[in-house]
Amino acid sequence: MATMTMVQALNAAMDEMLTRNGDVVVLGEDVGYFGGVFRCTEGLQRKHGRTRVFDTPITEAGIMGIAVGMAAYGLRPVAEMQFADYIYPACDQLISEAARLRYRSAGEFTAPVTVRAPYGGGIFGGQTHSQSPEAIFTHVAGIKTVIPSTPFDAKGLLISAIEDDDPVMFFEPKRLYNGPFEGYHDRPVVPWSRHPASEVPEGHYAIPLGKAATVRSGAAVTILAYGTMVHVALAAARDAQVDAEILDLRTLVPVDIEAIEASVRKTGRCVIVHEATRTGGFGAELSALVQEHCFHHLEAPIERVTGWDTPYPHAFEWEYFPGPARIAEALRRVMEE
Amino acid sequence: MDAPLPCPAPLSLHVPEPPQRPGSEIDFSALSVPPAGAARRPDTDCSAADMTDLAYDLVRVLDDEGHAVGPWAPALDPDTLLRGLRSMMTVRAYDERMQRAQRQGKTSFYMKCTGEEAIAVAQGMALDRADMLFPTYRQQGLLIARDWPLADMMCQVYSNAGDRLKGRQMPVFYSSREAGFFSISGNLGTQYSQAVGWAMASAIKGDTRIAAAWIGEGATAEGDFHHALTFASVYRAPVILNLVNNHWAISSYHGIAGGERTTFAARGLGYGIPSLRVDGNDFLAVFAATRWAAARARANLGPTLIELFTYRAAAHSTSDDPGKYRPENAGARWPLGDPIDRLRRHLIGLGIWSEARHEALGQEVAAAVQAAGKEAEALGTLDKGPFHSARTMFEDVYKTMPWHLERQRRQAGI
Repeated sequence: MATMTMVQALNAAMDEMLTRNGDVVVLGEDVGYFGGVFRCTEGLQRKHGRTRVFDTPITEAGIMGIAVGMAAYGLRPVAEMQFADYIYPACDQLISEAARLRYRSAGEFTAPVTVRAPYGGGIFGGQTHSQSPEAIFTHVAGIKTVIPSTPFDAKGLLISAIEDDDPVMFFEPKRLYNGPFEGYHDRPVVPWSRHPASEVPEGHYAIPLGKAATVRSGAAVTILAYGTMVHVALAAARDAQVDAEILDLRTLVPVDIEAIEASVRKTGRCVIVHEATRTGGFGAELSALVQEHCFHHLEAPIERVTGWDTPYPHAFEWEYFPGPARIAEALRRVMEE
Repeated sequence: MDAPLPCPAPLSLHVPEPPQRPGSEIDFSALSVPPAGAARRPDTDCSAADMTDLAYDLVRVLDDEGHAVGPWAPALDPDTLLRGLRSMMTVRAYDERMQRAQRQGKTSFYMKCTGEEAIAVAQGMALDRADMLFPTYRQQGLLIARDWPLADMMCQVYSNAGDRLKGRQMPVFYSSREAGFFSISGNLGTQYSQAVGWAMASAIKGDTRIAAAWIGEGATAEGDFHHALTFASVYRAPVILNLVNNHWAISSYHGIAGGERTTFAARGLGYGIPSLRVDGNDFLAVFAATRWAAARARANLGPTLIELFTYRAAAHSTSDDPGKYRPENAGARWPLGDPIDRLRRHLIGLGIWSEARHEALGQEVAAAVQAAGKEAEALGTLDKGPFHSARTMFEDVYKTMPWHLERQRRQAGI
């Protein structure tokens, strides 16, 4: 089995689906000849042709509207938003159209579009290249929201997303594209080749949407995380020397409530981490779900460790980023209760 | 150093105003209506640059006497012409019945297309049955031209037990995959780029079907209009981009959408899209222009923009009172006339129609609409039901119902 970076794994997923299914097309700004600014679509146009993988004008709203029309025809478009920060112009087509097309036409028309968007900070992208807007989409009925944290998951989840008959918002943690990031900005990035989850099988495999992964078993506290924060949470649990169980949610909608419930009932404590701003973030939904489903099992108040409610600042990335120290602090707090 | 400039006059903002408001005389004299038959008909492989005149002119076929004249006269057989007339009359009778039903409280809302019947009917007939249509809420004539059952449309308006859309959409937001009629959105203009995407998909797959989209002149200010033109031009999408200029976006006259400075058809020229401006009340002109654009699309020559120049004779919707913002009965004085009357006169001139037959047809379509109405009302109306089970509210959000919707459905007790 080959080791791959997340970029290579995503590329392999699209390559596999373009090969298997003649209805799959890949479109977006710079995704064709150049292979995407993050190189995720490198070589796909050369291999599959210009009508299967093609560059688009710079209009996210246009890309999304075109993708909805293509999906209504019967294709399975994979649309790349160059940065998740640029997705807002596409929101009307995604939220008002793609998400509701099945509902409003009672299943006569559907929009099985996969929207890929690199999200999150840690690359000095300032406030326009660092956002984590996943909560906006988790609030929309009709869209599924998926975020991988490893090359293995990235390929399997992207294949599932493309095969899914509903629109899927697929956020890619760009800080993890080339290596796992544990949140220590002053340490060198370890390449994916030294991480077990970079072993990516050849060919087709699918990781079902809606299923979380237990990335670390533990008995004292449950950490709910996704994307980059899975790796940061692992580092924090190690630093705090807490017997934490870490769930990588992988899919935010529909979220794996069974896994969350089983883990929190076992540990009695819950820390939720995400990089996005706190207020109205997906952590709020997770917190409410844990309260609804596990209240009588809780031994400490639920903690949230998140980005601050500010735009992502360029010079103060590391103060903004919820790193291992902040998570470790929260772990210690819940363990004191 | 330069001498100081004299103090300029203060700047002032131009806010477009329609020429007439309620209480003033109806006056369309400023409107320039070229004679029928005068506009040239270029070859379908003509470039946008070589037909700029047609984006400012007005393609007209039927003259004031009802004769079909000029190079755009489509030479349709009597059967096609009579089907067109019947469909337009059906649309009008349907609109009247459904408007009345709304006034009787049987539904919440309705939108007529009075004065614009030629557009949807002629265009629906000029396209192939398999082509995909991306309409606005004022192209009910497309469904009728495709012989879609009136009772089915009425069930949608009533949100009743027979509504295939399960009571989810506002009245007139039809959808029929089988009729090639794309689900209507209330967010204006979104269908435009979707139609281009559909057309691009058809081209990618080597299909022979084309797409057609409609937008109102007001909604051309929406981004989707411009995204659609960019994509259609860039990828030479096999799509017909129709733009219905009926002069009124609710109470805002077309000057507010940019219609004072140029034509709406001219918007296409900047994108390199061949563009036509067509008399939208002229069944034959609309038919011919649509056929021309369809031939271009089918020959891989790419998109065409067609501005259909017409007038919204009725209110915007049952929630609107046009007497508050424009002179009463302005629609009746529209210089391009009534599309049904114009086709009727043409048919009589051809010797294939008569006033007596026209009257009989009027009674026939009224009876058909009435029968469909009874059929639909037997399945329920919005004020009394019956409806689908409220349980269906949770269906079709996703292909399979996820746990949280299952749970909410149980909480709702349905």
